[in-house]
Amino acid sequence: MEKFTTLTSTIVPIPTRNIDTDQIIPARFLKATTRKGFGDNLFRDWRYDENNIPKPDFILNRPEIQGEILVAGKNFGCGSSREHAAWAIHDYGFRVVVSSFFADIFKNNALNNGLLPVQVTDAFLQKIFETHEKTPSMELLVDLPNQLIGIQGTSMQEKFDINAYKKHCLINGFDDIDFLLSQQDKIEAYEKNYINN
Amino acid sequence: MPGKTLFDKIWENHIVTSIENGPDVLYIDRHFIHEVTSPQAFAGLEQRGISVFRPAQTIATADHNVPTKDQHLPIREALSRFQVEKLTENCANYGINLYGLGHPFQGIVHVIGPELGITQPGMTIVCGDSHTSTHGAFGSIAFGIGTSEVEQVLATQCLLQNKPKKMKIEINGPLQKGVVAKDIILYIISKISASGGTGYFVEYAGSTIRSLSMEARMTICNMSIEMGARGGMIAPDETTFQYIKGRKFAPQGKDFEQAVAYWKTLPSDPDAEYDEALYFDASDIEPMITYGTNPGMGIKITGTVPEVSAIEQEERSSFQKSLEYMAIEPGARLLGKSVNYVFIGSCTNARIEDLRMVAQLVKGKKKAAHVNALIIPGSKQVEKQAKEEGIDQILAAAGFELRGPGCSACLGMNEDKVPKGEYCVSTSNRNFEGRQGPGARTFLVSPLTAAATAINGYISDVREMLEETVLV
Repeated sequence: MEKFTTLTSTIVPIPTRNIDTDQIIPARFLKATTRKGFGDNLFRDWRYDENNIPKPDFILNRPEIQGEILVAGKNFGCGSSREHAAWAIHDYGFRVVVSSFFADIFKNNALNNGLLPVQVTDAFLQKIFETHEKTPSMELLVDLPNQLIGIQGTSMQEKFDINAYKKHCLINGFDDIDFLLSQQDKIEAYEKNYINN
Repeated sequence: MPGKTLFDKIWENHIVTSIENGPDVLYIDRHFIHEVTSPQAFAGLEQRGISVFRPAQTIATADHNVPTKDQHLPIREALSRFQVEKLTENCANYGINLYGLGHPFQGIVHVIGPELGITQPGMTIVCGDSHTSTHGAFGSIAFGIGTSEVEQVLATQCLLQNKPKKMKIEINGPLQKGVVAKDIILYIISKISASGGTGYFVEYAGSTIRSLSMEARMTICNMSIEMGARGGMIAPDETTFQYIKGRKFAPQGKDFEQAVAYWKTLPSDPDAEYDEALYFDASDIEPMITYGTNPGMGIKITGTVPEVSAIEQEERSSFQKSLEYMAIEPGARLLGKSVNYVFIGSCTNARIEDLRMVAQLVKGKKKAAHVNALIIPGSKQVEKQAKEEGIDQILAAAGFELRGPGCSACLGMNEDKVPKGEYCVSTSNRNFEGRQGPGARTFLVSPLTAAATAINGYISDVREMLEETVLV
């Protein structure tokens, strides 16, 4: 897994609430058997019309808006467990998703792919959207070791929570699977004593 | 020390080891896989040069991306065919049991697990699909996972998981006529919102839940994820044991008796504590319908869509965007609205009891001429049973099309899609934008409401039809 420590970047804001994984990547684009290329279909039906023509108003189609940080409305990533949603966001070029609330499975999927979900307060999220509206060139600083997120050039910043183990994995680029494979002796010992197998 | 909940007991029984200030290593008893979320996990194993640790504990089927017509023929669409073939190849390479297309046990993964007796109380069960919560109806910890986690389970039969918070949802009292399990869960989600359960594992309890059949309990647990909860569960009881008894992979004879003795120790202790507890009265529940683009946007079928003023300020733009997509006005009544599509199927409502419910209601009637009424059974076994009971004849006579099993128009991954701009009254679990096809507009309802709507051609209150129909 790719390592993550700090990032300063402009942002792409989508203030819509309850963005579900079917919006992030519709089911009909889940037919691939590799992890690559899902970025092309990120937010497919918001981004393109039925003739595959880009919808000019949608934020990903506005060339002046670029950034490695996606900032989205509350309850981001609800719905289906498809990891393709995290792959699509990462493959498109985002490294961080900021929201005031994340669905559980999406959060896990993101963390397992080096995509950092940063949960901020509703008030701070609102501040980011408002600042971006006035100054689209605004940048966010995301500092994982110190668990800080701040709006550059202002004093506005917030501490964010992250599971200590997951933080360690991201900073060092470790996968869960590496850790689990190292536990094989304990797993086998557990199986020997286990009642409901 | 307070007593333990059903969830605590099973979780603690599955901890292999715990990381300080971190997650637990949780042992997984049963792992279901399907064609869509597993190929990248197998590719990961290959890259690492490792094998499947406990192949006998993984069970595979093809459901998400399979056609529901002409299932005996090769899959026409090349990408879908390749994905299904990849599953077959992976299962053969790693020695995993596959109930693929054409197999008498094939079907939607959350329908076949229980009907084969693979799903049992006290187990930990995972699958790369968010509706894995369905299996919680048996008193198991069952939840959906991502593909990286599928790879972890294949490689180690374990997952790294933080223990979620616990919520109890208790529903008491008898249900009104015409109100079924789907209405109960749509009602609960409408009360606590599409994110009200996030961070929690839910236990459903109370006399209403106890009175439900296993299939109805599965419908309830199935939609736990639609309120954000990782899973939902119901304590095992006699209903559970009777359902499991004699099923193909259930313990048999003495083993079964022993298992039951263990299962009886699982229900939550009377003094168990929850992080949150909610109480509902069954008499307040009526047939439900959703009007918006998340399952929390639900109303009583006789009700009206909320006015903008009733929605909290920060929620308004999303609410309006949702109604715009649905082409519905605030304050509107849905009853009487004409629809061209009715879909009965999905892991929520495609079991034999669902089909029986529909058949009883439509027997001797004819669907409205303008309605396309599609019924997709949950599995080959459900299909077979429906034929044995003559349900297929009743449905055909009423003008419903009964096809082969699969996820179908619930997620619009195969060719079963609702056209752009069309309304579909659906027994599935998600009304997200484009879920049933790009531009499709979904109303989530119970199988009874879906059947009544197909007959009348417009959104209907099934209770008005029940007087002429005797329902069991």
